[in-house]
Amino acid sequence: MKGRGPHSAAPPLPLFQSSEERWVFAVSASTTTSKSAGASAKAPRGGTRKNRRPGWWLPYALLAPAVVFELVIHVIPMVTGIWMSFLKLTKMFISNWGNAPFIGFKNYAVALDFNAAVGSGLLKSFLITCAFTILVVAISWGLGMAAAVALQRKFFGRGFFRTLFLVPYALPMYAGIIAWKFMLQKDNGALNHILYDNLGLPGDKPFWLIGDNAFAAVVIVAIWRLWPFAFLMLMAGLQSIPNDVYEASAVDGARPLRQWSAITLPMLRPVNMVLLLVMFLWTFNDFNTPFVLFGGSQPPAGDLISFHIYNASFLTWNFGSGAAMSVLLLLFLLVVSGIYLIIMNRRSHRA
Amino acid sequence: MTVKIRTFAAAAAIAALAITATGCSGGNNNSPADGGGKTLTYWASNQGTSLDNDKEVLTPVLQKFQDETGVKVNLEVIGWNDLQTRIQTAVTSGQAPDVLNIGNTWAASLQSTGAFLPFDSAAFDAIGGKDKFVKTAMDTGGVPGQDPTSVPLYGLAYGLYYNKAMFKDAGLTPPTTWEEMAADAKALTKDGKYGFSLAAGSYTENSHFAFINAAQNGADFFDADGKPTFTSDGIVDGIARYLDLMQTDKAVNPSNAQYDNGTQAINDFANGKAAMILSQNNADSSIASQGMKNDEYGVVAFPAPEGGKPIATMVAGINMSIFKNTKNKDAALEFVKFMTSEATQATLDKSFAALPVLDGVTPSFTDNAEEAKTFSDIYSNKSKPLPLVAAEDQFESTVGKAMNQMFATIASGGTVSKADIKSALTTAQQAVEAAS
Amino acid sequence: MRETNPAKVFRIVVVTFLTIFTVIPVYVMVISGLKPLKDVQGAFSWWPSTLTVQPYIDMWQTVPLASYFVNSAIVATVATVLSLIIAIFASYAISRYQFRGRSLFSTTVLSTQMLPGVLFLLPLFLIFVNINTNFGIQLVGTRTGLIITYLTFSLPFSIWMLAGYFDGIPRELDEAAKVDGCGPMRALLTVILPAARPGLVAVAIYSFMTSWGEVLFASVMTTDANRTLAVGLQLYSTQTNVYWNQIMAASVVVSIPIVIGFLLLQKNFVAGLTAGAVK
Repeated sequence: MKGRGPHSAAPPLPLFQSSEERWVFAVSASTTTSKSAGASAKAPRGGTRKNRRPGWWLPYALLAPAVVFELVIHVIPMVTGIWMSFLKLTKMFISNWGNAPFIGFKNYAVALDFNAAVGSGLLKSFLITCAFTILVVAISWGLGMAAAVALQRKFFGRGFFRTLFLVPYALPMYAGIIAWKFMLQKDNGALNHILYDNLGLPGDKPFWLIGDNAFAAVVIVAIWRLWPFAFLMLMAGLQSIPNDVYEASAVDGARPLRQWSAITLPMLRPVNMVLLLVMFLWTFNDFNTPFVLFGGSQPPAGDLISFHIYNASFLTWNFGSGAAMSVLLLLFLLVVSGIYLIIMNRRSHRA
Repeated sequence: MTVKIRTFAAAAAIAALAITATGCSGGNNNSPADGGGKTLTYWASNQGTSLDNDKEVLTPVLQKFQDETGVKVNLEVIGWNDLQTRIQTAVTSGQAPDVLNIGNTWAASLQSTGAFLPFDSAAFDAIGGKDKFVKTAMDTGGVPGQDPTSVPLYGLAYGLYYNKAMFKDAGLTPPTTWEEMAADAKALTKDGKYGFSLAAGSYTENSHFAFINAAQNGADFFDADGKPTFTSDGIVDGIARYLDLMQTDKAVNPSNAQYDNGTQAINDFANGKAAMILSQNNADSSIASQGMKNDEYGVVAFPAPEGGKPIATMVAGINMSIFKNTKNKDAALEFVKFMTSEATQATLDKSFAALPVLDGVTPSFTDNAEEAKTFSDIYSNKSKPLPLVAAEDQFESTVGKAMNQMFATIASGGTVSKADIKSALTTAQQAVEAAS
Repeated sequence: MRETNPAKVFRIVVVTFLTIFTVIPVYVMVISGLKPLKDVQGAFSWWPSTLTVQPYIDMWQTVPLASYFVNSAIVATVATVLSLIIAIFASYAISRYQFRGRSLFSTTVLSTQMLPGVLFLLPLFLIFVNINTNFGIQLVGTRTGLIITYLTFSLPFSIWMLAGYFDGIPRELDEAAKVDGCGPMRALLTVILPAARPGLVAVAIYSFMTSWGEVLFASVMTTDANRTLAVGLQLYSTQTNVYWNQIMAASVVVSIPIVIGFLLLQKNFVAGLTAGAVK
């Protein structure tokens, strides 16, 4: 969504290690271990007002610009969006929406009535998005890990491949997707040309952008864009594992696969924890891939939820209903992320 | 924890305050106040071969308007991908141009927003009277019985384009009934060529032909009260007939199921890959740009089945609307008058291959007199406006998208029965009802 | 330690597969930009019937690509610079100070990462309109509007990244600077920023890419005058023709600066990653 998806530059590893605590703390609201955040809670409260240290205002001044922009661009629009979800905001009211009637949870009721057209459409889209997200995140992570491990050892041309693999990530996202759209055409597309004309697969050339194959298409394109991000993060993570750990285990006779599961994976845990969550959020909210790939006529098999909501708002002019769906999506993401972080947090405490 | 909640509550309160303070109903206009001379903002839809091409065509016309009236027009040409979203955000926010183009099929939907200036009799007087327009064109201005909120600018109509050489080689004459057309299409499907090319992946085109085929069967998508009646037999049969060009007649390349705009079908036609296409009259410039000459193809009305109603097209085209909150109402009306004047129309019709929307004017979009006559006849005598109801846009998106799916199913080897069509239409109807 | 045979096979298989997966779309993009229109409308071929640079010439005519390019460059650059400055201040506060509301700020900022863009597209547009009404600042249809939108999009992640980076810089360094008589701002400027250079580069690249690639908001917030490449590229499919060869040529052109920039700074990047890891 909003193009900040996998286009984020790689957040450096150590920063994840430290800031992860902050986030875990923030979401789980536990005041236990986090040294950085815990301190603020322990800061004397009553006393501060009387004998404030000189310069107490400095952190606030430093934060002020960020707060202003966050308020204007993120927070206020979000609150407005939530408010909209309680209005009957169809085209009859859109031009003067101060007058739109307040209808309570009706938009939510319609969105969640899975027996009727609107609700069942949303549910289908949600399930498709879940399948999409699981596949894209799992495979991207797998490819990223495979590539990071394969390029861990020095060999001739390593630098070249490392650079090459980052190209899909560096491309502006719409340029990459448009190229895929061009390749996925039935008769004139490169993909069918490769599979059927060059590799000689039997049968007729299938469609990729319509019908059920559209799901495979959108998954492949999303993986193409996302896996280099996993690669970049994991590569950075691997470089922080000292070489002698491997050497010690090699002396013990550990095989590569065993080394990977016994050393690499546990050492990468802090990276993975954040990486998976970030990839999950981006993928679940992915708007650009279906938007650019399918244009105005997306097939049901590629009906990802962000795009579904966009259509529900803009195509039918029912912005109240679209806002309600967005809020439901937001709640879902909050709950999933919260549970994920709590579980991860517990495990790391136990470990 | 409590501290956090309190802080959050405070933040929320501030946010809420900010909203109230700034007010949330639109209602201003962004035409920059240019001191002395008046200025209008005009959003034009993309009609020519590119946005730049539109600009080149319109700029001298707008200059002429400025010379005549002293009103400067700031032009923005908007692509079809963006136009609907841009209009919506403009309607929502009130931050809008003074005058804009709309697809005439949206007229009733946009009218229901109440954001556009109704043309009452005074307004009509200001632009030269309601009667100067072709009646069928004027019918698309809005919901019947209310003052329309748009007036016709460019007229368009569907025609059946056929490749003369391919017909001649097969010993065929242009069809006059649906049955003949289907038989011709089958006969012409050979040697890797197809009888027909359809934009079967475009929901707008699909919804248009759902409408036209249903209209030939005498069926309507909305009843007199504006309630959707998508599942009537006439509609199901009409859609089935259209689908059968691909499904049973196999006269359409299954690949067409992913043609998401008319251009691709036109290219097939111009490159000799298909013998017939259904297209609006502005296809001529695209066909020419692909190297097919005007005398290599002919146009007839899209035929109805025997015993059906002779409806060959919906009344297609572009209308002009004025935003209600314009600060320059008089200048805006003056501008609409200028754009719909005979002189301007003559220039623009030729450049954009449009049919005249003015009564009694000869078409100038082509030098081919026969083609001009055919299209004029279709437009004036064999046309029916799309449903003039607020939910028209939802009809297009729900029914059109359902048909995209049906074509996709057929193209990938499945079958679509009448029962399937009916159940898809039931879902579409539910969606339209839910949104109203 | 020697590489075992299975490991070698694994490496070759992975690298081969991923190379093919990565290269094909890029190759198709590059080669299709060098084909005549007839070629791209017909069956795919690995090599053009006639190699032509015509698409690279025509594409500037079909849509005003040059002006979109300028718009994108201005918007992305300014948004990046501002976002970086704001993120530096905010991260410095978070990393070096204890104050009330600190965790509220972190939480709120981070949770905006979860916001579905459609939820606040329309409200944001309305707020911009209201700002115009009440304060006379034109934001819709101007570069300013896009700049403040984009700089905010990249802000949460940038703050998060930089704060972590600053945490990795020993406090003793800036304490020492303060003992030498530096104010907190001097300490930030002279001690922390130089030490965090790789992190700053990473954040800058991230912001730039965010702005350069955004589609949804750009399609609503831009008009002819401030249209960016992300929207401009879609204009090649006009009413009457889809110029695939020009689209591909334009895609190559819009990609080149960002790909080169990214790949050049990539070394800086990975160096930064490893350096920080020794914490």
